[in-house]
Amino acid sequence: MKKNWPLWEVFVRSKNGLEHRHFGSLHAADAEMALENARDVYTRRNEGVSIWVVESKYITASNPADNGEMFEPAKDKVYRHPTFYNLPDEVKHM
Amino acid sequence: MEKEHLYQYILGIADNNLILGQRLGELCGHGPNLETDIALTNIALDLLGQTRSFYQYAAQLSDDYNSEDDVAFLRKEREYRNVLLLEQPNRHFGFVIGRQFLFDVFNYLFIQQLQQSTDDTLRAVANKAMKEVSYHKRFSSDWVKRLGDGTDESHAKMQEAIDDLWRYTNELFELSEIDKELVKLGVAVDVSALKEAYYAEVSELLTEATLAIPQDQYFQKGGKQGIHTEHMGYLLADLQYMQRTYPNMNW
Repeated sequence: MKKNWPLWEVFVRSKNGLEHRHFGSLHAADAEMALENARDVYTRRNEGVSIWVVESKYITASNPADNGEMFEPAKDKVYRHPTFYNLPDEVKHM
Repeated sequence: MEKEHLYQYILGIADNNLILGQRLGELCGHGPNLETDIALTNIALDLLGQTRSFYQYAAQLSDDYNSEDDVAFLRKEREYRNVLLLEQPNRHFGFVIGRQFLFDVFNYLFIQQLQQSTDDTLRAVANKAMKEVSYHKRFSSDWVKRLGDGTDESHAKMQEAIDDLWRYTNELFELSEIDKELVKLGVAVDVSALKEAYYAEVSELLTEATLAIPQDQYFQKGGKQGIHTEHMGYLLADLQYMQRTYPNMNW
């Protein structure tokens, strides 16, 4: 039975105003069961106020083998961080 | 109202939760998979949490027992008031779900009514329990549909469990003399009035799950009077082992 159940990814919003974050994955026969399982596995200690589940096969992931061309070019481009501005003293909370 | 009568009435509610919680607890680490294992244990903990409040109240009313633990662990088989349905063993997953479903539909209706009780403590516990009980019903109903309307094998096993457990359902609606007296005072729920709604709801869901509604009219009862099935002694031996072996031990 377990072998036939697809894998689902679980996203939980821990409180209102925050974004849903990836909490983990689980097995379930369908979306409704995935939601109930997620409720029991990931929110039984009061971790959340909202749950999203999505079948893992619908997630397109980057290939670790492509990490060089995907991510390394960004490494030496510090000028993309807005750290070269002189902030006026009047600006607070930056 | 006599204190002893209220005490007996509370045991009738509390023992149902304790015994079902114990049956579900037996599955801890043995569920069909990790997700379902945790789900069933969560339900067991909900039930035990509710029953602690009932036993604490019962202990206040009792002359024989001082604490919730004493009430829960030190009584003899004949003194437990749970219905026969809930002491039935976990023969297979269909039985676990069938027993849960047949109880949850009742318990939902029951706790809903208990929220109207004239007794402050019972009303407060019922208010707190309502959301839990409502989730339990959702969980077990979904599983009955899934198994009933699933594969040939799951359908056959679900039907077997419903057919076997059906004979214990009618006892849920029995009223003892004490119950009748407390119903008049507005303390107790008139469970006999829930019967029609119960069978209507159960039948509708079984039909949706493509399961046959048992036509059996022979019903078993006795649990509410302390006359239990042969499974109860084994269950209590397990449940009471620590307190019997090491009297007064603390966790």
